[in-house]
Amino acid sequence: MSRLLITNARLVDPVAGTEQPGALLIQHGRIAALGPRLGQDGSIEAERLDAQGAVLAPGLVDLRVQLGEPGAEHKESFATGALAAVAGGVTSFACLPGTLPPIDDPSMVEFVARRARRARLAKVYPYAAITKGLKGEQLAEFGLLREAGAIGFTDGHQAVASARIMRRALSYGRLIDAFLVQHPEEPDLARNGVANPGPIAARLGLTSVPREAEVIMIERDLRLARATGGRIHFSRVTTAETLDAIRRAKAEGVRVTCDCTPHHLALNELEVEGYRTFAKVSPPLRAEADRLAVEAAVIDGTIDAIASDHRPQDQDSKRLPFASAEFGVVGLETLLPVALRLFHDGRIGLPALMSRLATTPARLLGIDAGTLAVGAPADLILFDPNRPWKVTERDLHSASKNTAFEGRLMMGRVETTLVDGRVVFRRDQTSSGSED
Amino acid sequence: MDDRYSLRFRGPHLLGIEGLAPYEIQDLLDRAEACVDVNRGLADRRDRLAGRTLLNLFFENSTRTRTSFELAGKRLGADVVNMEVATSSVKKGETLIDTAMTLNAMHPDVLVVRHGESGAVALLARHVRCSVVNAGDGLHEHPTQALLDALTIRRRKGRIEGLTVAICGDVLHSRVARSNMLLLLAMGARVRLIAPPTLLPGGIDAYGAEITTDMMRGLEGVDIVMMLRLQLERMQSAHLPSIREYFRLYGLTRDKLANAAPDALVLHPGPMNRGVEIDGVVADDIDRSAILDQVEMGVAVRMAVLDALAGPDREARP
Repeated sequence: MSRLLITNARLVDPVAGTEQPGALLIQHGRIAALGPRLGQDGSIEAERLDAQGAVLAPGLVDLRVQLGEPGAEHKESFATGALAAVAGGVTSFACLPGTLPPIDDPSMVEFVARRARRARLAKVYPYAAITKGLKGEQLAEFGLLREAGAIGFTDGHQAVASARIMRRALSYGRLIDAFLVQHPEEPDLARNGVANPGPIAARLGLTSVPREAEVIMIERDLRLARATGGRIHFSRVTTAETLDAIRRAKAEGVRVTCDCTPHHLALNELEVEGYRTFAKVSPPLRAEADRLAVEAAVIDGTIDAIASDHRPQDQDSKRLPFASAEFGVVGLETLLPVALRLFHDGRIGLPALMSRLATTPARLLGIDAGTLAVGAPADLILFDPNRPWKVTERDLHSASKNTAFEGRLMMGRVETTLVDGRVVFRRDQTSSGSED
Repeated sequence: MDDRYSLRFRGPHLLGIEGLAPYEIQDLLDRAEACVDVNRGLADRRDRLAGRTLLNLFFENSTRTRTSFELAGKRLGADVVNMEVATSSVKKGETLIDTAMTLNAMHPDVLVVRHGESGAVALLARHVRCSVVNAGDGLHEHPTQALLDALTIRRRKGRIEGLTVAICGDVLHSRVARSNMLLLLAMGARVRLIAPPTLLPGGIDAYGAEITTDMMRGLEGVDIVMMLRLQLERMQSAHLPSIREYFRLYGLTRDKLANAAPDALVLHPGPMNRGVEIDGVVADDIDRSAILDQVEMGVAVRMAVLDALAGPDREARP
């Protein structure tokens, strides 16, 4: 088996919380050794890769990716999704069950695992539905789904509306210590809403999703989690009140975790001006005060992870009047650079940031990733955090181009991605490149 | 008259009051003033839009607005075509943009569009080469209604600046309310929005209007009372408990009107729900009600808008 020595790197180890120059040796697809003086005496026989001072960090682990396969392959197939993932430095991701048909049956879980392996790029872990058919009525077969390979359970872009069903899910889920992911929106309050309530939605004549829709759902489920001892994860939290509630619950020992998206971290409700459907996301982009609260919560660790919430949509789903357009943005390829803004602003160190992007999500999913530990799979990325570039849709590898960051200037972009020690992406070879 | 350096409406579309400079509103009102006599048959301007084609594209039913645009176009000599959307390919699932591109290929000069969704008219305008007039989009804007209301007010009161105008009723679902609020504030009027709490959009107070849920207090001393139409399905959606309660609290009666200035005018965009938002006695009071004036000014304003967008001085614009 070949050995690969990555030299001249800036090793960022989110587990140890350290950052130091050095080299890393890969053997049999796993990390064999690393350190500041590794390989300097020339005693290691291995193929060499000069990192030229770039950051070497664990590959990103993305908690939330929607693919279009099966049912909407034109929006994103396993092949295009996995390519977009490695181009964004995502070496493992969990995909949502909201496909056609939904992933609510062991055979569907196996189908996803098999199809995803074929792409041989990023590692794909399927979520299964919490309720059969995502209908919110009957629990899916947690035990059998787990055996088939389901990494966790979620009804995807829909909330489990019934408090009774959610209570049962949390309670029954303890059987397998299920990772339950809830969409934080009380559906009756959120119904037909497409924007954040406030002056902009009022003037544009857009119906709104009240912030209370999120707060109420989260406070309800926190109580249910406390009562059942179950484990709950809220994806895409967006409001200051929600974060306060989660912060309090964590202090009280409730088994709760949460994530935010790059778009809620970097953008606010102003983006919907001009009825920009590429800024139509669920939950809606909030006011600036909420965005700042999301930033602060990422830094203080209340928000455990940043997930891309990658939701590819084709032109026909977006070139519609705002209320009719589909929700969602692609995010795999802008996850790292958008998150890096916090680092560039001096608000968070690279190791801590990488823990939100890799280590913690890996721990939540229970997969062996997100670390530079010796013996761990060599899922790694190399990037120069200071390299400027501009987001242009034609540079995206995703089959869909609905980015909320079109035309934005970014700092930092993954140059090389390795999965199990194999280089699966190299920017200079695969990108047409408009690095201005 | 066609001084190319004067401050005139810029076009090329009329998608909303938002974004119009006060001088553009002024210009459209002045042009409309000149159209009033034409509309009354006292002058003929059939040459103004001769050879131009006006396409009325209504995705929502509206007899009055469509007829008003049709008359306005015909009085200026334009060829007017009404698209029957209810029977067209839109029902077969064609997207708005496909419809826009199809119509664009027919080379109309002006498209007048009404659509049930906010922002739909602006979206369509981005995909055609002709001028587009928003005849109402969702809960967003209805600019010609605001202009005709302004013209009505200006003719009856001699000015807009300094007047106090109450806009009463279902503000949440009303594009008329949004356009009027923006126009009146831009022209220096004071605006009071009067609505039950469930029919007021959150954040609407950011634009400079006063907000109140108490109609008696809201009407105190106002010069103009603009009533909004209440959609009767608001009861099913639990915005309101009942029509009789709404009428008691927010219906415009003589008693409530007595709180306004003694010569206050009553406006309503129509069609009216008598006994719901307005008492028939008030609606029919020729001393107070300007409702039929509004209909007449509607044609004049639409003539002015069409003329500004497709008339002879369009080419003269720098």
